[in-house]
Amino acid sequence: MQHTAPQTLETRNPGTALNLDRVMRAAANRSAIERRAASLPGRRSVKKAHQAAWLARAVSCIDLTTLAGDDTAGRVARLCGKARQPVRADLLEAIGLPDLTVGAVCVYHDMVAPAASALRGSGIPVAAVSTGFPAGLSPFHLRVAEIGESVAAGASEIDIVISRRHVLTGDWQALYDEMRAFRAACGEAHVKAILATGELGTLRNVARASLVCMMAGADFIKTSTGKEGVNATLPVSLVMMRAIRDYHDWTGIRVGYKPAGGISKAKDALTYLALVKEELGDRWLRPDLFRFGASSLLGDIERQIEHHVTGAYSASWRHALA
Amino acid sequence: MTVREIFESMDYGNAPEAAGDALAWIVDQGSRFGHFVGGSYQAPGETFETRNPATGEVLAEVTQGSVEDVAAAVKAARRAQADWEGLGGKGRARYLYALARLVQKHARLFAVLETLDNGKPIRESRDIDVPLVARHFYHHAGLAQLLEAEHPGRRAWGVCGQIVPWNFPLLMLAWKVAPALAAGNTVVLKPAEWTSLTALLFADICRQAGLPKGVVNIVTGDGATGAALVEAEVDKVAFTGSTEVGRKIRAATAGRGLGLTLELGGKSPYVVFEDADLDSAVEGLVDAIWFNGGQVCCAGSRLLVQEGVAEAFHAKLRARMDKLRVGDPLDKSVDVGAIVDPEQLSRIRALVDSNAAGETYRAACTIPKGCFYPPTLVAGLTPSDALMQEEIFGPVLVSTTFRTPAEAVALANDTRYGLAASVWSENLNTCLDIAPKLAAGVVWINGSNMFDAAAPFGGVRESGFGREGGPEGLDAYLRPEHAGKALKRIAPFPGKDAEPQAVDRTAKLYVGGKQARPDGGYARGIHDKSGTLIGQAPIANRKDVRNAVEAARGAAAWSAGAAHNRAQVVYYIGENLAARAGEFAARIDRLTGGRSGKAEVEAAVDRCFTWAAWADKFGGRVAPVPIRGTALAIREPVGVIGALCPDEAPLLGLVSVMAPAIAMGNRVVLVASEPYPLAATDFYQVLDTSDVPGGVVNILTGPHAELAPVLAAHMDVEAVWSFSSSELSERIEAAAAGNLKRTWVNDGRARDWSGAAGEDRAFLGHATEVKTVWIPYGA
Repeated sequence: MQHTAPQTLETRNPGTALNLDRVMRAAANRSAIERRAASLPGRRSVKKAHQAAWLARAVSCIDLTTLAGDDTAGRVARLCGKARQPVRADLLEAIGLPDLTVGAVCVYHDMVAPAASALRGSGIPVAAVSTGFPAGLSPFHLRVAEIGESVAAGASEIDIVISRRHVLTGDWQALYDEMRAFRAACGEAHVKAILATGELGTLRNVARASLVCMMAGADFIKTSTGKEGVNATLPVSLVMMRAIRDYHDWTGIRVGYKPAGGISKAKDALTYLALVKEELGDRWLRPDLFRFGASSLLGDIERQIEHHVTGAYSASWRHALA
Repeated sequence: MTVREIFESMDYGNAPEAAGDALAWIVDQGSRFGHFVGGSYQAPGETFETRNPATGEVLAEVTQGSVEDVAAAVKAARRAQADWEGLGGKGRARYLYALARLVQKHARLFAVLETLDNGKPIRESRDIDVPLVARHFYHHAGLAQLLEAEHPGRRAWGVCGQIVPWNFPLLMLAWKVAPALAAGNTVVLKPAEWTSLTALLFADICRQAGLPKGVVNIVTGDGATGAALVEAEVDKVAFTGSTEVGRKIRAATAGRGLGLTLELGGKSPYVVFEDADLDSAVEGLVDAIWFNGGQVCCAGSRLLVQEGVAEAFHAKLRARMDKLRVGDPLDKSVDVGAIVDPEQLSRIRALVDSNAAGETYRAACTIPKGCFYPPTLVAGLTPSDALMQEEIFGPVLVSTTFRTPAEAVALANDTRYGLAASVWSENLNTCLDIAPKLAAGVVWINGSNMFDAAAPFGGVRESGFGREGGPEGLDAYLRPEHAGKALKRIAPFPGKDAEPQAVDRTAKLYVGGKQARPDGGYARGIHDKSGTLIGQAPIANRKDVRNAVEAARGAAAWSAGAAHNRAQVVYYIGENLAARAGEFAARIDRLTGGRSGKAEVEAAVDRCFTWAAWADKFGGRVAPVPIRGTALAIREPVGVIGALCPDEAPLLGLVSVMAPAIAMGNRVVLVASEPYPLAATDFYQVLDTSDVPGGVVNILTGPHAELAPVLAAHMDVEAVWSFSSSELSERIEAAAAGNLKRTWVNDGRARDWSGAAGEDRAFLGHATEVKTVWIPYGA
């Protein structure tokens, strides 16, 4: 299976000047957005072989993640084993996708080297959360430096966290400058901007922060660290996807999207994929433009795929641990 | 396709809902249906086929109801009515509750059957129609429970003839049947001939609920059956359908003393301001015009976009249209299903094909062969283009642009219809300023096509009258407990002799705040009981009506002003009338030959105080709807009301009609007591001294029988009331069919003007129009 790092098939987002007109014009009507999000699962239904294929697609877009204080090289090696063989081999054989892997493995900086070594030869990229993840309140120069360290350790994707205070105080210039600096520090590595939407207060702020980060050169925008009280939701995703669409209409550049945190059911994954298909289009349904940040989602997908193959409902212990 | 291929293509595939159970139900019923009368299905009579529009397959045969069939059903309903009403609200509530529960228990069967018969996507029948049906019965179980407490002095009409359309067959049935039953009526309901099946399934549900025989009767058939039902011995007619048929029903029911509610067509504006969330507004249009394939009376079918964002908005809209999925209505991933019938499809086609203006864009989605029509946008039209005015009733959106909020309102209101409107702006100041100015019964702010049993629904202008939902909707199924006595025509006193006056007084008409000579230049001698001439009253003609209506139309500021100010003016009228009580009392006694003048003046003063008191206390209510947000059921003035004043009480009658109307913000054209007009011509002097702005009250004198039809036919008059002792009810109701204006006539019944009936709450209801404004919010 071809591995595709973020935006490796497209022109990388060079960013633009900070266009405050566009930022300030962004509107997000919460009620209408929630209605759209609520009705979508009832509007799109994927069944049988299609469901199996869509779930396989979801697997290919997973950033298999461990972000815990007790992570060790051994734990990360186990995760990387799962990344290489995300679904039992006989099941993948049965659906004709024997070489399916996840999109990437996502870890803290100190786990980058163990992950890179565990994934050697697989082509699966290592993503590192960075810049004082999850709060992003460590000294700025250290946050920038952390990016360089992770890239040097073998991360080809960097998930940065933005300073929420810049959004909450409306200091768009500061947000832009920060993002620009992070992007520069990434060099060839691709950068995902985590907005921590659960801490931004309003959907309008989410829309504006999305636009500013894209103007500052983010390759991906990502909802959450997984550590906020509220992580990825469909309404937030709708707002961010529409911002991506507007940015594409404006610049011709495709920026990727990564919902993270709280997506643990196969059915939810299908809904997210449908939302991407509806709002952004089929081109985004590839790992270079779409990722799930998830740890437990894969387990549910495996059970559903086994159900598709055998016709019988599955059990978790029939599938390998991550 | 293999999983691997789908993995690359990421198609949705098909997700068909199984139709087996619904088809089996039809077969179990023998695939041929008779009417449901008196609690049982009748043997099928002469039948016609009902088809699945998506496939053209015959689903079943349904009986064409004859005049006799209708009469039998009405008879069954009549027989059941007294006991049903006698059960009391609380007794009926149990049955309505059972109906709600049974609809829920059989929800999927109803949904699939509806989709098979109508062609609407299963998502809509499953997620919208059927849940709303259950909700409607729940809500009305509650309204029945509280009926006696909340509606004292009111009772059921009796037997209701109800005709529902094909676009929401079961939901419209619920909107009709639930309030009728809650109020104690029994019903004969005729579903549309293309979509009878869910009504017949509902009949089965009524049986399961143990509903007494004859309370609900279903008679199937086409328009002829509907016409027979309108002509039958019913007490109230409720119709949802086209404006054209509504007009016919108005004419056919004229003068029969029936209750009538009409929910008709629309060309509802969808207004998008530059500061709206444009993506959400585009998505809202999907719910507005591509919901049920645009075959929705309140569809947001007329897009008005602020010019500065029009290009961007239309680009987003076209892109969104391309994503719509049109096809098999039973597929759970389909957005737009089949058009209900090939006949409707050809109507849509003919309308769109006849248009050469603007730019037509058809969605780039795949359209199956058969009874389907592509989502279509006709942009760049002007109000003069037929497609901007005519209801298409299909998945076709038309659009134009505006520059300012005022222009948006003007364009939005440039229509004969007035059912619904949507306003999109992130600035609630803009939205809440616009909403009251739109001629519509329902306004959705930042949304579209939201419905709930607690929120009244219905139109203004040629979109019909009456509301469905909430206590306002229930009210349309209730009438006053006691009908008045028969009203005898009061003839003027004859006489010849002139009595020289010290100073000759000339009574005039009162138009636009000024005294006006009658256009015709004629006057009529007014005599007292002894035949002595006491003055001359001008004889108004149609041109005086025209002038008076024009003056009333011009006094729009009165309707927009504060209720407190209106109260002050109405109080002031009472105060100034009291100051001249002796003079008016003497005048009344002389005119009527009675001795009750003093009491009549005192009652008239009191009436001013009563309606002044109400002026700022009947603003409407908050409807608790199931959204984060609120819905306001606002009581707005009707507009210009023409009223034929009571003959018998020359001052009190006029004041009793005028005061509630103007207190609620209407402007009036009053035709004074025909035999005793001179109290009214004295009265305008009171108005002159009471700060009543010119045009708010206009007074004409003259023959009721000549002036009433002119008022009733006048297109710029919103309502006509008649309390005349002349037999005018039928003529007024018939002439009102022209612009479907609201009418309130006495059907030859007297009202006790000096008693409680003279200040009946009904005046408030008739003096106001309910506008439901949905205000979803969220930071």
